[in-house]
Amino acid sequence: MELLDLAFYTERVIPKLNEGLIESLWLIIPASLIGGSFGVLMGVLRVFGTKWIKKIADTFVAVIRGVPLTIQLMILYFGLPYLPFVKIFLTPYQAALIGFIFCTGAYQSEYIRGALLSIKQGQIKAGQALGMTKLQIIWSVIIPQAFRKAIPGCGNEIIYLIKYSSLAYIVTHIELTGEAKILVSRTFRPTEIYLLAGCYYLFLVTLATWILHALERKLYIPGFGKANS
Amino acid sequence: MTTLLSVKNISVTLGNRKILDNVSLDMHAGDLKVLIGPSGAGKSTLLQCINHLITPDEGEIHLEGKKINTQSNAELCHLRQNVGMIFQDFNLFDHLTALDNICLALVKVRKLSKDEAQKRARKELDRVGLSNRAGLYPAQLSGGQKQRVAIARALAMQPKILLLDEPTSALDPELVGEVMNVIQDLAKGGMPMIMATHQMDFVRSLATEVLFMEHGTIIEQDTPKVLLADGAKTRTLDFCSKLNNLKGCEL
Ligand SMILES: Nc1ncnc2c1ncn2[C@@H]1O[C@H](COP(=O)(O)OP(=O)(O)OP(=O)(O)O)[C@@H](O)[C@H]1O
Ligand SMILES: [Mg+2]
Repeated sequence: MELLDLAFYTERVIPKLNEGLIESLWLIIPASLIGGSFGVLMGVLRVFGTKWIKKIADTFVAVIRGVPLTIQLMILYFGLPYLPFVKIFLTPYQAALIGFIFCTGAYQSEYIRGALLSIKQGQIKAGQALGMTKLQIIWSVIIPQAFRKAIPGCGNEIIYLIKYSSLAYIVTHIELTGEAKILVSRTFRPTEIYLLAGCYYLFLVTLATWILHALERKLYIPGFGKANS
Repeated sequence: MTTLLSVKNISVTLGNRKILDNVSLDMHAGDLKVLIGPSGAGKSTLLQCINHLITPDEGEIHLEGKKINTQSNAELCHLRQNVGMIFQDFNLFDHLTALDNICLALVKVRKLSKDEAQKRARKELDRVGLSNRAGLYPAQLSGGQKQRVAIARALAMQPKILLLDEPTSALDPELVGEVMNVIQDLAKGGMPMIMATHQMDFVRSLATEVLFMEHGTIIEQDTPKVLLADGAKTRTLDFCSKLNNLKGCEL
């Protein structure tokens, strides 16, 4: 039976997929950390910024959310070198990473914005009435609450990011999906290879879900965030 | 008698409407002033101007004879530490236990150590009868308990004056008593207070002065004995009897 040809997997498929996995992680981890911070910044600006800052940030998010990621990646990698005045050349890795950071940041900012808006304003007054400074209130009241409210949404976005990181092959950056494609073209055994690559992603998503749930459990507060608390 | 706090000629304008129009009042030791008046009269606005949660367009606040420079954050902070505030809808910090709600400002503003803060917080919780609820979160407390935690939180800062904005009007009727008892004890203990309330038996028995507000000004100002005397021709009595007919409770 071909499917059970163990040497084929251990010698040819798994080492290559593992290489691809490392490349994928090199995209996913920085993109989620930098993109996450970028999203927090954008979310905060969209809520607390001046009128013009809000407008600019809102527009940026609307554009990123309105254009397919595939197109954005192609613009970054294939389009930028042909700009009329400054030609920008990005490596495949840079193009993919920048595309993912913008994309995940824009979506994360939506969740952060929602979380910030849902904090009951009376608590800010209460903090001020106790003599706390704006900064103390933001740090000790707003952020801990907004963070908890944003976790489910932001976690979901990280899970999407894990999966759309496979689009990096569009700009010729070879990660997990890219390695799988190359293997298939060499071995003509798409079924097993794509199934196995799928399992790699499933594993990553499961791991991320588990970490997020652990975080949620650790930060759990009875009744917090329920409509009637 | 030393003046604890003076509010001098405060005005607040929103658009072209005067929400507060040239309001003044003085607080001395032992004063318990009650604000009464129809909805929209400006009671909440006045209370929030006193500790500058709302910045008035004109007027001054003096604390113990010293004018507060509202441009200075340090002076604002000093004012707010000395003037505690209780809100209608409690405004507890949702992510903190009852105990930590009290400790937060003790640590951040009063700069107490965590241990000292907890010790004081427990004492205050005990005073409002909630020592056995220290570890519960706001969502696990009843409205009356939440308001008592809010009172403990304000008292822990050891304010010289307490402002209370309709502290029982968001509560179910059966929970009003437990909160009013705490406030009554404070009043009897001599805590100076300015309180917006329609709890008339409290006003009659403990208020040293009633301020009747309408359209952003104080239009009547005297002891409850005078303003609420049987047959008195005052706006205050008129308003309160209407309120009573509406609610059907004793005056
Ligand atoms: N943020 C605001 N924007 C516009 N108008 C406001 C604002 N806050 C208060 N007002 C207006 O100011 C007036 C005074 O309001 P305030 O809340 O001080 O009245 P109040 O006497 O406390 O009434 P209530 O008994 O309903 O609490 C009202 O007419 C209200 O509509
Ligand atoms: Mg009010």
